[in-house]
Amino acid sequence: MERIPILQMGDFLLVTIQVDMHDQLALTLQDDLSERISRTSARGVLIDISALDMVDSFIGRMIGMISGLSRIMDAETVLVGMQPAVAITLVELGMTLPGVSTALNVERGMKLLRERAYSQ
Amino acid sequence: MTVRSSGNQPIRVEQDVVLARQTARKLAQECGMRLIDLTKLVTAVSELARNTMVYGGGGDMDWAIVEDGLRVGLRLTFRDEGPGIPDLKLAMTDGWTSGGGLGLGLTGAKRLVDDFELDTAPGAGTRVTICKWT
Ligand SMILES: Nc1ncnc2c1ncn2[C@@H]1O[C@H](COP(=O)(O)OP(=O)(O)OP(=O)(O)O)[C@@H](O)[C@H]1O
Ligand SMILES: [Mg+2]
Repeated sequence: MERIPILQMGDFLLVTIQVDMHDQLALTLQDDLSERISRTSARGVLIDISALDMVDSFIGRMIGMISGLSRIMDAETVLVGMQPAVAITLVELGMTLPGVSTALNVERGMKLLRERAYSQ
Repeated sequence: MTVRSSGNQPIRVEQDVVLARQTARKLAQECGMRLIDLTKLVTAVSELARNTMVYGGGGDMDWAIVEDGLRVGLRLTFRDEGPGIPDLKLAMTDGWTSGGGLGLGLTGAKRLVDDFELDTAPGAGTRVTICKWT
């Protein structure tokens, strides 16, 4: 089965979405991530969507779910790299991704994750 | 309004939603649409194609590159022979869903395009036509 790879970097998990995802692939990623957070006790998840040229309500909902799930499992999620045209479209669509932390790029996202994970 | 070229694409399975997005992107590029408008259009296509598959039980996307005076646009129709939408007013309310969605597909798609037309009746299927001009 087709899967989106999840990389581990120390206490954090890194997901780079590079394909135009069909719905089942998005759902599989959600399952895989929660399983990995639990198995590795990861403190944070970084999701890089810089290669995505579209985020619709389905992918938006998946991102919200991952963020909520990881919070329950004591991990932080940061979404990075959203293209400006995608951001504008999401707002007009009516999706504001409440509760989802964002950063401009991977570097800033990692910094944010470290601050959050080790500040408590 | 004149039609420059037209075609059709089936929307039966999940992968067809991805294909519909890719077709719309290619056609919008052919029309010379700028990136922001193209992104909005492709997102609307994703929402409507998914509705056709999930609620309409599958259907088709008809496309046409149209000209109206100096304007060029992409017109797309999503049609199915499914159950139709019993309460259109409700379905066109932000946040209303009969399934597990966010209820943003129809209303969001309408905001993202220039023209939006919805034709449906219980038992008579659903037809949504959108157009985005360059
Ligand atoms: N082609 C269709 N055939 C029958 N019913 C439809 C069709 N398209 C939409 N609907 C009905 O209209 C409702 C609203 O659709 P809309 O796309 O706005 O939200 P959703 O699909 O429920 O959630 P979302 O798209 O945000 O994930 C749907 O829940 C469904 O009941
Ligand atoms: Mg929908």
